[in-house]
Amino acid sequence: MLCLPSDGLAATHRIASALAAVVGPGDVIVLNGDLGAGKTTFTQGFAEALGVSEPVTSPTFTLVQEYVGAYRLHHLDVYRLSGPDEVQDLALDELLDDGGITIIEWGDRISTELPADRLTVSIELGEPHCPDHRRFSLEPAGESWTSRIDRLVLGLGV
Amino acid sequence: MARPMTETILGIETSCDETAAAVVIGGRDIRSNIIATQIDLHAEFGGVVPEIAGRAHEQHITATVAAALDEARVSAAEIDAVAATVGPGLIGSLLVGVSAAKALALVWDVPFIGVNHLEAHFEAALLEDPTLDPPLLIILVSGGHTMLVAMDATRRFQLLGRTLDDAAGEAFDKVARYLELDFPGGPVIDRLAKSGDPTAVKFPRPMLRDGLDFSFSGVKTSVINHVRANPDYDVNDIAASFQAAVVDVLVTKARRAADQIGANGICLAGGVAANSALRAAVTEAGAADGRRVLLPRLDLCTDNAAMVAASGWWRLRSSGPDKLDAGADPRLKVNFVDDLGL
Repeated sequence: MLCLPSDGLAATHRIASALAAVVGPGDVIVLNGDLGAGKTTFTQGFAEALGVSEPVTSPTFTLVQEYVGAYRLHHLDVYRLSGPDEVQDLALDELLDDGGITIIEWGDRISTELPADRLTVSIELGEPHCPDHRRFSLEPAGESWTSRIDRLVLGLGV
Repeated sequence: MARPMTETILGIETSCDETAAAVVIGGRDIRSNIIATQIDLHAEFGGVVPEIAGRAHEQHITATVAAALDEARVSAAEIDAVAATVGPGLIGSLLVGVSAAKALALVWDVPFIGVNHLEAHFEAALLEDPTLDPPLLIILVSGGHTMLVAMDATRRFQLLGRTLDDAAGEAFDKVARYLELDFPGGPVIDRLAKSGDPTAVKFPRPMLRDGLDFSFSGVKTSVINHVRANPDYDVNDIAASFQAAVVDVLVTKARRAADQIGANGICLAGGVAANSALRAAVTEAGAADGRRVLLPRLDLCTDNAAMVAASGWWRLRSSGPDKLDAGADPRLKVNFVDDLGL
């Protein structure tokens, strides 16, 4: 597991860009973190690095938002689903199968429905007196992610 | 063949968590507006649960349509067209209403009209007062959307501003969730705010000075930061201060947009249009600027089928009926015009 601190928006976007530099077609990224931790903010930085030009807005109510950059980007929020049974309403298999990249906020809730190869990014809020601080934990699952995390670290120069 | 101006349209809405049916004559005369509320089913989950919504729509649709016809005192033979929301929304929910509408259109041998849910919301305020002259500025504020939209006399729409992150209604729901209040969060915050001090905490007003776009994610986060740093917070004061920040940004930008297009009036639309502080602030701004203000009555703010029937009436006139093989589109976009020249 790779742990990276962020002291604000710029650092968060640097981490998101470094991740965008090592992704490829079919990748699945799970984003965990409490309300206000910055899951959508992280996705905005990631999408921008992929060359998405339109604003990335929260998928909480719409469940799925789609963008096109260097790859097709599916941005999901599964908070409102009550369990894996309801994933079929999202047509998740089709999303995972179209050669795009899928980012899933609160993805741990449907982990049994997700491919074994995936990256889990967890975001923790800093102490109350440092409201801009975050701690990112990147947990790779599967061989391809393990090697790519090394490249990501090189990219960040940490 | 000239159509009469007085078509009787059955509207059906199932895009999210309400099963609704309505009969509207001539795009403005509401004869019935039935909503089978599902809030009780959803409350325990703290949000809309799509699968449950789909199943509940199936359970409610027949009775809801029957009630709409019954209350309107019209027979099936008097319906001239059937309109249904075809998107955007949850696919499982949309399909229930779209399938029902197509089946009825086929059996009754009348046109089927596919309606965009957002364009229907734009229509809701005008149902209250169809005499209001365009151009109009519409403030659409709901859980999924926050937009400033210009509308001209031919029902063409131009997007003037939108949220760049969270929708206004979503910010209300998420702040309520963080404060462990009931779902849906908007009405609860509205109620608590009445006993709170809106100046107690000065939450940020993002992007207040520039442009017509919105950003509400930062307001939500600053509420969370404030509550974490001040565990002995007063929930009424937080609700009032948060609501004041959101309303302030919405109204400031709406006035700017209305000036820009020379709007004759301002219409509120969407679920957050039920918020009492927003209604008061828009009314006050209209009086100060000499603009008419249209606040839809509460059952026309939230998802309803009267607005679908009305929007369907306009669509039937402008582009005719849709084919019965037209599907639902969960990610349907509004057909915005780049520049109305206002």
